[in-house]
Amino acid sequence: MEDFLQHVLNGLNLGAIYALIALGYTMVYGVLQLINFAHAEVYMLGAFSIYYSNKWLHLSDHPGWTSFVISILIAVMVCSLVGLTIERLAYRPLRGAPRLNVLITAIGVSLFLQFSGQAVFGADPKLFPQVLQDKDLIQFGQIQIRSFDLTIIGVSLAAMALLHFLIHHTKMGMAIRAVRHSRSSASLMGINVDLMISLVFVLGSSLAGVGAVLVGLKYPKIDPLMGMLIGLKAFVAAVLGGIGSLPGAVVGGLLMGLSEEMVVAYLSSTYRDALAFGLLIVILVFRPSGLFGKYEVEKV
Amino acid sequence: MSKEILSVQDLKVNYGPIEAVKGISFDVYEGEVVSLIGSNGAGKSSTLRALSSLIAYSGQVSFLGEPLNGIAAHKVVKKGLIQTPEGRGIFLNLSVRENLELGAFLRKDRSNIKKEMDQCFDLFPRLKERLNRSAGTLSGGEQQMLAISRSLLSKPKLLMLDEPSLGLAPKIVLQIFEIIKKLNKEDGLSILLVEQNAAMALKSSHRAYVLETGKITLSGKGEELFSSDAVRKAYLGG
Repeated sequence: MEDFLQHVLNGLNLGAIYALIALGYTMVYGVLQLINFAHAEVYMLGAFSIYYSNKWLHLSDHPGWTSFVISILIAVMVCSLVGLTIERLAYRPLRGAPRLNVLITAIGVSLFLQFSGQAVFGADPKLFPQVLQDKDLIQFGQIQIRSFDLTIIGVSLAAMALLHFLIHHTKMGMAIRAVRHSRSSASLMGINVDLMISLVFVLGSSLAGVGAVLVGLKYPKIDPLMGMLIGLKAFVAAVLGGIGSLPGAVVGGLLMGLSEEMVVAYLSSTYRDALAFGLLIVILVFRPSGLFGKYEVEKV
Repeated sequence: MSKEILSVQDLKVNYGPIEAVKGISFDVYEGEVVSLIGSNGAGKSSTLRALSSLIAYSGQVSFLGEPLNGIAAHKVVKKGLIQTPEGRGIFLNLSVRENLELGAFLRKDRSNIKKEMDQCFDLFPRLKERLNRSAGTLSGGEQQMLAISRSLLSKPKLLMLDEPSLGLAPKIVLQIFEIIKKLNKEDGLSILLVEQNAAMALKSSHRAYVLETGKITLSGKGEELFSSDAVRKAYLGG
């Protein structure tokens, strides 16, 4: 039983991070019907931004909340900038193009960033600066709660709550939801649709930045290809939850993290990635539009 | 003579090789209801979409004396050229209240918005009852009422209505046209109306243009066209 609870805790941790990244996929899909494959590389660049800024700021010399918050801010800013640039240079010129063209572009941008990363940063793994110290907080018989676990869950929840507030309780969020429903109707309201799409990229990329710092703390080995697998799994989580749905991405992420942890714990770690994609296949067989997705009738 | 609000010269719209609008010219003066009538595919909606900058076009369009060509869609709205699109363009995922608030998206005068929302509820009391419901739960007629109210909250200098009668029960159509006339008479709102329901449109308009396969074939006063033989044969069932 105690073992099980420990695995649940670990699974939630992993799931919270998947959820953060899945939100970026699902939000962009919501406004552009595009799977932004480059989102995983935004996350990777977020991690590297901390690695390189640490060389100047030496945040890891003074681990603690201040350094942690500064790191989050740096990663959020860098990721937002990268997300904005990708949208502006790669996707906006293709606004009227068939979806497949944009999708191929997204894959191209993703590969471009992965291998440019290898060229610029080097292919060898780097150590993510420990801007916050992990402490053993509570020992509950077999269950061990570490401060990183709580940090990851707490910060993810706070980021998601902030996103929820922005989307549902601000004028900007209302405009984004309008753009999601129909770009042309939104522009008839005087909404600058391109600006809202840029904002969506900023929001999604910011979450990836938060995710990058959290993952960096917990698994400090970073390399230019680090986004690939986690990005793919977050994407699967978004599809599981119903792509385009924000609650879907969160539930999908948590489900993904939990089941992955359970497979590692009770079956074999060999199957952890097979599970992610197996789960996708099973859910899509029974619910083709995902858990929270709606079948949308093609508009005529 | 009152002031010219909208002037369109030689407007052309292409969808790839297909010419949907083949060089039409028309104008709207302050305080007028002008309608473009014609059958399906005549280019009516394409014309409105072009005027709202939703699609590319060629020709000279000026609104309140300023050229509109090449201005982004959201900036056209800012100038006061407001469209209630075909199919109403309601945000079905948002509440009725949010839809109305989006109509006032560019405005900052909160107290006036509140007052005008109340005026909309006087016109359409049913909207008030459904204020916090998702707009997707509204009936077609209610959605059209919402669409018109939302456009009014955008403070139109010229309101363009694309097929407000589409898919509605005759009783509701009558009600909607009553309101269109009322907005024009009492508030002096200038309206450009696009309709397949030629009889209703002509009866409610000062002037009208008949559009056929992308060209204007007839124009004149609403009543004159209503009683003209050519229009009666083609659009009013003899």
